Amino acid sequence: MLDVLIVDDSAAIRKILQRVLRQAEIPIGAVYEASDGVEGLEMLKKQTVGLILSDINMPNMDGLEFLTKVRAEQAWKSLPIVMVSTEGTHAKVLEAVERGASGYVRKPFTAEQIKEKLAGLF
Amino acid sequence: MTPQIDVKDGISQPELVTAIEGATNEVFSTMLNLPLVAGSVFLEKEEKTPASGVLSLIGLAGAWVGTGSLSCSASLACKIASHLLMAKYDAVSEDVLDSVAEVTNMIIGNVKTHLENRLGGMGLSTPTVIYGRNFQTRGTKNREWTVVPFDCEGERLCVQVCIVPNTDADAKAIRSGFPVPHVLNV
Repeated sequence: MLDVLIVDDSAAIRKILQRVLRQAEIPIGAVYEASDGVEGLEMLKKQTVGLILSDINMPNMDGLEFLTKVRAEQAWKSLPIVMVSTEGTHAKVLEAVERGASGYVRKPFTAEQIKEKLAGLF
Repeated sequence: MTPQIDVKDGISQPELVTAIEGATNEVFSTMLNLPLVAGSVFLEKEEKTPASGVLSLIGLAGAWVGTGSLSCSASLACKIASHLLMAKYDAVSEDVLDSVAEVTNMIIGNVKTHLENRLGGMGLSTPTVIYGRNFQTRGTKNREWTVVPFDCEGERLCVQVCIVPNTDADAKAIRSGFPVPHVLNV
C-alpha cells in the first residue's frame, strides 16, 4: 500500500487528487494533506509516505523551496515527488527537475494523466 | 468581432484574447467537462452597473503587472463546483468558492504561461474570491480590462485581464497587497 502526501493550498485540488489516487491501479493507503510547504515538511516529520504530489505556487513556502528542503534530507532523497502546477514554462519545469522533481503534471490535468505519471514511477 | 487595439509593447490584443480563450476552454473541457461558447470581446474600464454573484481575482507581477479575474452567477459557480468536485452543490459554500478560486488560478495561470513567453517571468498571487450582491469593481490608474465573455449552458461567465508594463524603478519590485511566492525571485 502506498501512503501519499498531497501539498496544495487549494482544498478543491486536494479533493480531486485524492479521488484520482483512489482510482489508480497502485493500491493507495493513507493520504495526508498539507496546504503549503511548511505544513508539508511538518507532515513528513510525522508520517512516512511513499509519494508526494506538490503544487508550486503556495503561500508561506512554495513548492520549489519545499522540494529543495525535502531533497536536502538523506531520508527523503529518493522519495518520488511529482509537481502538479499551473506553471508551464520550459524554464519552470527544468527548475523543478533540477531541484529533484521526479515528474511534472501541468494543471489542468485529467485523471488519466495523473495515473499515467504514477504508473511510470512505480 | 475583436476590437482593433494598438500593440501594447510586447503583447497584442488578439494574442491576449487567444491566450484567455485557449486557457478557459482547456480548463472547462479538461477538468469540468462543461461546454463553452466564447462571445464578443470588449474593453472595460469599470463596471457601469452593480454586479451580483461570484468574482475571483488573481494578481500578476513581474516586468508586467496586472490582474486576472473570473466572474459568474452564483448558480454557475455551483455548477462549476459540482463538475470539478463531482458532488452536488445547490448553494454557494466554502467548497464552491474554493472551486471558483482554483478554476481562476488554472485559467489565469495558463494565460500567464502564454504571456511569459513574450513578456518575461511573472508571479501569480493566491486568488481572492468575492461573493455577494450589488458590488462594483474598479481598477486603479484607470486601466482597461480585456473582457472575454462566454456562454456556459445558458449562463454567462466572464474572464478578464488587465496587464501593463511595470513602471516601478526596480522592475522586480512587487507591489504590496499581492503576496508573491519565492518563485518570482528570478
